[in-house]
Amino acid sequence: MYKYDSYDQAMVDTRVAEFRDQTRRRIEGHLTEDQFKPLRLMNGLYLQLHAYMLRVAIPYGTLNSAQMRVLGDIADKYDRGYGHFTTRQNIQYNWIKLDEAPDILADLATVEMHAIQTSGNCIRNISSDQYAGAAADELVDPRPYAELLRQWSSFHPEFVTLPRKFKIAVIASDTDRAAMRLHDIGIQIVKNAAGELGARFYAGGGMGRTPMIAPMVCDFVPLDQLITYSEACLRVYNRYGRRDNKYKARIKILVHELGRDEYVRQVEEEFAHLLTQGIEPPIAELERIVPFFADPAYDVAAPDTLDRSDPDFALWLDRNCHAHKQPGYSIVTISLKPVGGIPGDASADQIRLMADLGRDYSFDELRVTHAQNIVLPHVRKADLYGLWQQLDAAGLGTANLDQIGDIIACPGLDYCSLANARSIPLAQKISERFAAPERQAAIGELKLKISGCINACGHHHAGHIGILGVDKKGVENYQLSLGGSEGADTSLGKITGPGFDEDGIVDAVEAATDVYLANKQGGERFLDTYRRIGMEPFKDAIYAKEPANG
Amino acid sequence: MVEMQLRFRSDEPVGDPAITVDNFGEQTNAAAVRIEPGDDARDLLPFLDRLKLVEVNFPAFTDGRGYSAARVLREAGYQGELRAVGDVLVDQLFAMRRCGFDSFAPQAPLDPADAEAALARWSDVYQATADGRPAIWALRHG
Amino acid sequence: MKILTGNDLKSGAVVWWDGSGWSLHVADAVDAGEQADAILATESAARRVNAAYAIDGTREDDTVRPAHIKDRIRALGPTVRMDLTLKPADPEAGSWVI
Repeated sequence: MYKYDSYDQAMVDTRVAEFRDQTRRRIEGHLTEDQFKPLRLMNGLYLQLHAYMLRVAIPYGTLNSAQMRVLGDIADKYDRGYGHFTTRQNIQYNWIKLDEAPDILADLATVEMHAIQTSGNCIRNISSDQYAGAAADELVDPRPYAELLRQWSSFHPEFVTLPRKFKIAVIASDTDRAAMRLHDIGIQIVKNAAGELGARFYAGGGMGRTPMIAPMVCDFVPLDQLITYSEACLRVYNRYGRRDNKYKARIKILVHELGRDEYVRQVEEEFAHLLTQGIEPPIAELERIVPFFADPAYDVAAPDTLDRSDPDFALWLDRNCHAHKQPGYSIVTISLKPVGGIPGDASADQIRLMADLGRDYSFDELRVTHAQNIVLPHVRKADLYGLWQQLDAAGLGTANLDQIGDIIACPGLDYCSLANARSIPLAQKISERFAAPERQAAIGELKLKISGCINACGHHHAGHIGILGVDKKGVENYQLSLGGSEGADTSLGKITGPGFDEDGIVDAVEAATDVYLANKQGGERFLDTYRRIGMEPFKDAIYAKEPANG
Repeated sequence: MVEMQLRFRSDEPVGDPAITVDNFGEQTNAAAVRIEPGDDARDLLPFLDRLKLVEVNFPAFTDGRGYSAARVLREAGYQGELRAVGDVLVDQLFAMRRCGFDSFAPQAPLDPADAEAALARWSDVYQATADGRPAIWALRHG
Repeated sequence: MKILTGNDLKSGAVVWWDGSGWSLHVADAVDAGEQADAILATESAARRVNAAYAIDGTREDDTVRPAHIKDRIRALGPTVRMDLTLKPADPEAGSWVI
């Protein structure tokens, strides 16, 4: 994985000093809260319901065991012994003190980490495929391109006060595991007819209150123009994105209002101009970065067979392990979704254990997924049983990847100052309702996603089943939607009808799964059945028993 | 009229009052103009020869359109004074310098020590922009 | 009653106006009445509190109940981690929020 040179290290060290100075000026009263807020947000520091919350960047979701260990240590030293892995492949801490935040950044900097641009109206931490470098279906590893973009976007002076936040995802396979088209810019690394690598750009996707799937804006940007094209996309947005209404300020609204073609025309014009400005790093810079992501030294003699005699292990193996491009290896997903647990939360001890396991079993590498799980990307099949036993003993052996228990949930009203309703208690109740492994297995792949407000951090629009919490005259109420998806077949969910209370929504989810089981044909997933039979049968069942209270 | 607090040029400051972009095209001898966030800086490109001062107004520091305006002008070869006026704060100075601003007239005076520290803080930068600093990638592959 | 709440500038802890300062316990909250805006302005300017605002509340037996669920959760702590709330030993604390 990428290793800082002295320039990169100086950037994060300087940022620690700068934020320490900004914090001092706030505490001494030289900065008002209005002035300080954008500064602390650009460093991932929010003021939430109970305390400050710090979001630490995990660029493209990749980290090594030393970094993971420090994340665990920070949870103990500065927080209350746990952290929360997020849908942006980051980690956040819920109980941070303002005057300790600079010290945390200093600790992070010792392991080449930071909280730069994890919030605020700027280019956010760049996300990618959690299986990058290990997936059998990828064209190349997308992370070198994400790293190139990370450096370009860090403290970019023109884009420090964009109309709104700006999220970029980079992938390099046709199977989209990063919800790429639901980003402000989505990039897929592709090959053209001549066999050259380039970047296909999508712009104007997003979730939030107006979910949009990004249209393609350029089918092939040569790799030696990647930064220049990105800069053109951003400049058009910075100049013309709406600033009169924060809910209409994302690039998706600009692309929608201008129309895709007009946005493309303006970008192309800016691009042609910027190509004359010498802002593109030489291809040698990309060539410098690529080797950092070279394959680890696989054991080519690693056996490709497994002993499946332990049924619990076999269940976990089938659920949580994914095909690796290297024979004899597997991609392991550690579920942070135990039955009744808090999605994405891990204790300091669990974080440190995962760090050790990454070191011992996965060439010192771990990933954070946008589904709030942890991946060990390169595990020898022969090591899987021993690994699973250690995970299981630490409460990390849940076998439910991509099943109904593998719920994405934002922190919701238990922590978040923007939320309208709690998300976590719903996730807990639903996972308990569907706790039986055989029941989850019968339902199969079902992506259930919960957001506690319309900002959609829980990606509810993209859930096969989505739940949105709303405030109904001071009472929590939940809307159900069906049919969302974030993969290559990206679609947005449709609301079933009136909302439910906390118990009612769990019943409604169960009713929806019953309709699926009664109607499924062959190997159909929940999503496939829904797409085939439509909303009506689900609606009939969900609202059949009693009139909804909404 | 707010006072200019910081200036990084050796030529004499222009005394002319800056006029709006709308009025500018008609006044063929005006040498100073003020850009508001909604103005298109490219409207000024035909007149760069006679411009000596462009003020870019930041009514609120959170509105970043002025950064693009500055770069657009510098990229087109504008050599005159580029002044940030309005809600200009210490923590925005460095990015503004990098986008090509070379004088600052904040509506609330900046603490001189804080301003100096902010401008001197970063030794190297990741991007090539209007201030002519070599980007880190250029240093790596120099 | 009109009660005032915010977060402590340095620690971020939820605090309530108790008539002379800021308490961690909503039970200490007093009715700020007509003075609400003036107190908020003075206290924010003095940086004794951050992001403070006034809300409606009602006095109950031994505590004060904020009108909105968000502020009741702020007063208690996260309902999904009762061990981290201000009332870790009170099995009824969670239902007070709802």
